[in-house]
Amino acid sequence: MAGKVSKTKKKTAKAKFVPNIVAFACNWCSYAGADTAGINRVQYSPNFRVIRTMCSGRVTPGHVLKALKLGADGVLVSGCHFGDCHYIFGNYKAVEQFDRTKALVKTLGLDERRIRLEWVSAAEGTRWGEVIDEFVAQITTLGPSPLNHKPKSRK
Amino acid sequence: MDRATLELKKSRAFLCLECGKCTAICPISRFNNSYSPRRLLADGLFYGADNLITNPLLWSCLTCQLCSQRCPVDVKFSEYMRDIRAEACRQNQWGNASHGGALHHIMEMAAAPALKQNRTGWISDNLKVKSKGEVLYFVGCLPYHHDFFAKDFDYAPLTAAVDTVKILNHLGIEPVVLDNERCCGHDLYWLGQLEKFDELGRLNLKEIEQTGAKLVVTSCPECALALKRLYAERLGGVNFTVKHISELVAENIDKFEFSEVPLKVTFQDPCRLGRYLGVYDQPRQAIMAIPGIEMQEMPHSRRGAICCGTTNWMNCDAVSKQIQHSRLTEAKATGAQTLVTACPKCQIHFRCSQCGDESQKVDINITDFVNIVASALEG
Repeated sequence: MAGKVSKTKKKTAKAKFVPNIVAFACNWCSYAGADTAGINRVQYSPNFRVIRTMCSGRVTPGHVLKALKLGADGVLVSGCHFGDCHYIFGNYKAVEQFDRTKALVKTLGLDERRIRLEWVSAAEGTRWGEVIDEFVAQITTLGPSPLNHKPKSRK
Repeated sequence: MDRATLELKKSRAFLCLECGKCTAICPISRFNNSYSPRRLLADGLFYGADNLITNPLLWSCLTCQLCSQRCPVDVKFSEYMRDIRAEACRQNQWGNASHGGALHHIMEMAAAPALKQNRTGWISDNLKVKSKGEVLYFVGCLPYHHDFFAKDFDYAPLTAAVDTVKILNHLGIEPVVLDNERCCGHDLYWLGQLEKFDELGRLNLKEIEQTGAKLVVTSCPECALALKRLYAERLGGVNFTVKHISELVAENIDKFEFSEVPLKVTFQDPCRLGRYLGVYDQPRQAIMAIPGIEMQEMPHSRRGAICCGTTNWMNCDAVSKQIQHSRLTEAKATGAQTLVTACPKCQIHFRCSQCGDESQKVDINITDFVNIVASALEG
């Protein structure tokens, strides 16, 4: 029995890299966009976890860095298109915050392509799927994050 | 007795006489009636330190050591706070981190061995640095501060790093600058994350050892404290000497030929440089050696200097703003045009208090010690 368990562990260790992505989606557009994707049965990669925020402008460097610290391979911040923001200027704020995050991530020596800022409206379910697929493909080519500390398999 | 209470023995907390001098002098108690170092100590001793763990006031202490200066029995209140915070961290309690905890995340990420940072972009061709040598310049968080704060204030933190290298070059020293220097861990130490601090310390000591450095120069008093005292305390001795740049400038003051800088200045003693490391005279000596500079001391200076209002990027609130505002008012009242500080964090906090409400703004220039010395070199 014990031998069997170790065999399966070996298999998972050799398995190819499956990225883990954290997606911050704003309540009014992108989260609804992800919903639309679901309702329309859009087929896309399942390698992401959505965190709903009231506005993309609320996503500060702290949030993105925490996700990276805890081992996320990529972080997506998604909000409303310019002019569509529920809070009028929230997504401009998101750009400001994101630039700062990008600078910090660069200095930390992580690839800046690991973080991404996108605009997805509530109607763009297909686009949400495309954005996720594209990002997953990009992270897969980049490989696991240097901070991705998976628990070591015990012998 | 719970574990946290047992820890208290190290900080001499059991010797407390409850005289209340700490509360009388504490810069936070001045503006926040509910905060009292004496009460925090008494509560910890009578009801067990575990009771303090969920108290949000636990994270308010600035660890500025002003109370320890006045304490008749030398209770190390900052260390008492650190020990209880360490217990709190073990129980997954955490205070109100400023900036969404971004700076703490960076410190913790720096402990990942696989990380290869990109932090030497500020070194231009006219600065002479090398990769192996006797003298090492420990830059600290300046590159991160630059990314984070340069847009908010009219202030570029990395100029401090550039000017430090300029000063060292002027002394004929080509410093080593590490490509992959980690956070010194000072803040995590005072916030009780001692394991992360040890990890960072070990990585740094390994990096420094590889360069063969005998002298480590810092432009940040917190790095100086961490490298000099905290690493020795937690990780056994270090085999290099550590100096803040102001000490080095004061020692070699004859080697400088300063041009005139007509300016009235006052000096803010950073708590780590002054009360922790005992460096009071050296920065003053160096500043006074610049012709044209007139130095005005603030009423609270040297051992009695008041903190810049926030430490460890924790619990920045209205009280911090009031401390900063009153300190800047005090600096302005000396008639000085410029407030010189030797700590990059003091500068960030004071500059932050100048943002916002224009009617409340104390209009005084703030500059770093290295900036003023380097400007006198160039002129």
